[in-house]
Amino acid sequence: MGKHTGDAVVVAEGLRKRFGQTQALDGLDLTVPAGQVYGLLGPNGAGKSTSVRVFATLTRPDEGRATVAGHDVVREAGAVRREIGLAGQHAALDEQLTGRENLRIFGRLFHLGTKRARERADELLERFDLAHAADRLVKTYSGGMRRRLDLISSLIVSPTVLFLDEPTTGLDPRSRNEIWDTVRDLVGQGTTVLLTTQYLDEADQLAHNIAVIDTGKVIASGTPDELKARIGGRIDVTVGDAAEIAEAARALAVLAGTGAEPDIDADRGLLSVPVGADSLALPDIVRQLDQAGVKAVDVGIRKPTLDEVFLTLTGKPTTTTPEETAR
Amino acid sequence: MTAPATASPLRTGLSDGLAVMSRNLLKLKHQPGQIAATFAFPLVSVVLFGYVFGSAIPIPGGGNYREYLMPGLFVMSTVFGVMGALTVIAKDNGLGVMDRYRSMPMARSAVPFGQTAADLVIAAGSLVIMAACGLLFGWRAHNGIGATLAGFGLLLLLQYAVSWLGVFLGSLAKNEETAARIGPLIMPVTMISNIFVPTDGMPAILQAIADWNPVSAATAACRQLFGNPGLPVGDVAWPIANPVLATVGWCVLLLAVFVPLSIRRFRTAGL
Repeated sequence: MGKHTGDAVVVAEGLRKRFGQTQALDGLDLTVPAGQVYGLLGPNGAGKSTSVRVFATLTRPDEGRATVAGHDVVREAGAVRREIGLAGQHAALDEQLTGRENLRIFGRLFHLGTKRARERADELLERFDLAHAADRLVKTYSGGMRRRLDLISSLIVSPTVLFLDEPTTGLDPRSRNEIWDTVRDLVGQGTTVLLTTQYLDEADQLAHNIAVIDTGKVIASGTPDELKARIGGRIDVTVGDAAEIAEAARALAVLAGTGAEPDIDADRGLLSVPVGADSLALPDIVRQLDQAGVKAVDVGIRKPTLDEVFLTLTGKPTTTTPEETAR
Repeated sequence: MTAPATASPLRTGLSDGLAVMSRNLLKLKHQPGQIAATFAFPLVSVVLFGYVFGSAIPIPGGGNYREYLMPGLFVMSTVFGVMGALTVIAKDNGLGVMDRYRSMPMARSAVPFGQTAADLVIAAGSLVIMAACGLLFGWRAHNGIGATLAGFGLLLLLQYAVSWLGVFLGSLAKNEETAARIGPLIMPVTMISNIFVPTDGMPAILQAIADWNPVSAATAACRQLFGNPGLPVGDVAWPIANPVLATVGWCVLLLAVFVPLSIRRFRTAGL
């Protein structure tokens, strides 16, 4: 991370926050470069929401400092609030008003003036495809529509940084895709998005960079590919002739170079071995097997999923939905 | 587009407060049910208490029970006004609306001020409806326009004071469910008072509580200002003997405590 530290829009240094017995943040450091989606990934209670609350000026850190768009979140909270948008785990809307009325009120509270607030509400509803439901009460909206209206409520004054705290938790896949499209659209226009999620899939799809958080601090960070490379992958080989399994196993053990013995499924002629962080290229593997006299029917290098990365880094599984486990 | 440069804090505070207020008033437009309930409360109360209880309760010094009852019903509906702010603010807490407000470049005190202003407008509307119902059932204000307006003014002051209490309690509640549990507690506060029956028939301890209940002072004050029956005679507790002064005192006390507490709470909650 931090290739363009000069352009960092969110910077945290040694953030600590305790709530009663819980150390929610325990020395969190973070640098979020401008113009990208930055994912904060971690299990429940890892400190993701607390860090977003600190950045959004809702919670004061006990120790450490944080700046958003160059402003200190404690001393210049007012200036920070003019640069940010926040959409949380709930749809923070008035259910007894229509979508349009909600946006108009928020627009007035952003000091656009009554007339401009009206125009802006109409623009946003049109652009984000909610115009058809604009005059219905929010309580009649589906979960996905509420979340989308909530998201666009945080865009009334185009924010420099948008904080999305688990924006798709509990949404169906289609609504989730709509939120993802909106986020990509925003980043395309220069907004920086800090996204917290428990869904590895979401981080993999959206985030340019990821910080894995556990027990209140960052335990790993990088691009999704970098994180996957850190724990290495596996080589899977299928041989056509069961007699070649022993030869293939020997060759694979040498290739892997980790001292690990391949897992063997003799009935199906399958061999699988973990490889280190320095991934091997496919032609090298085929050549080595060939030299060992093994006729491989199928050879594959499998990158670890972010789930495996997460499990390796934190020692505990994330909460995943069935469709992600099936990936 | 970027946020416009801020004008003077007072001006933005005022416009933020107006936005929060109009949000609350806009809701009424979509809730004909609530407006109907506002109508129904005085109608049902007058029928229920006025005709059912009224047939068996003698008024000290004589007089029509419904004339005796109306000032109490005005006070009762005013005190129940605490639920308005309480419910809205608690619900906003639960849905995260409060967090959104607090992450926006608006004046944080706009929420309590806007909320209580909206409550005041709504209360004024429902007092008009109640008074119309009262007139229908034979209630009259006998002391001229000045005293009558003073009576309603006092009711609005009381409403404003309990509204701030509601804002504060709401800001402590995590969500709407917590708020709903507070509702039933208001009932005894209105019952242990002189709204429905004279307090001198109550056991001594209960009578002392009832006499010092702000609800009783407010009811006695309205009876005095509207010239309705049931005015205290002989040796009575101080708040009942000086009801207008006592009511104003209670309101000032409530406001002096809960305005600063609420504003502080909105500035610092969650920090």
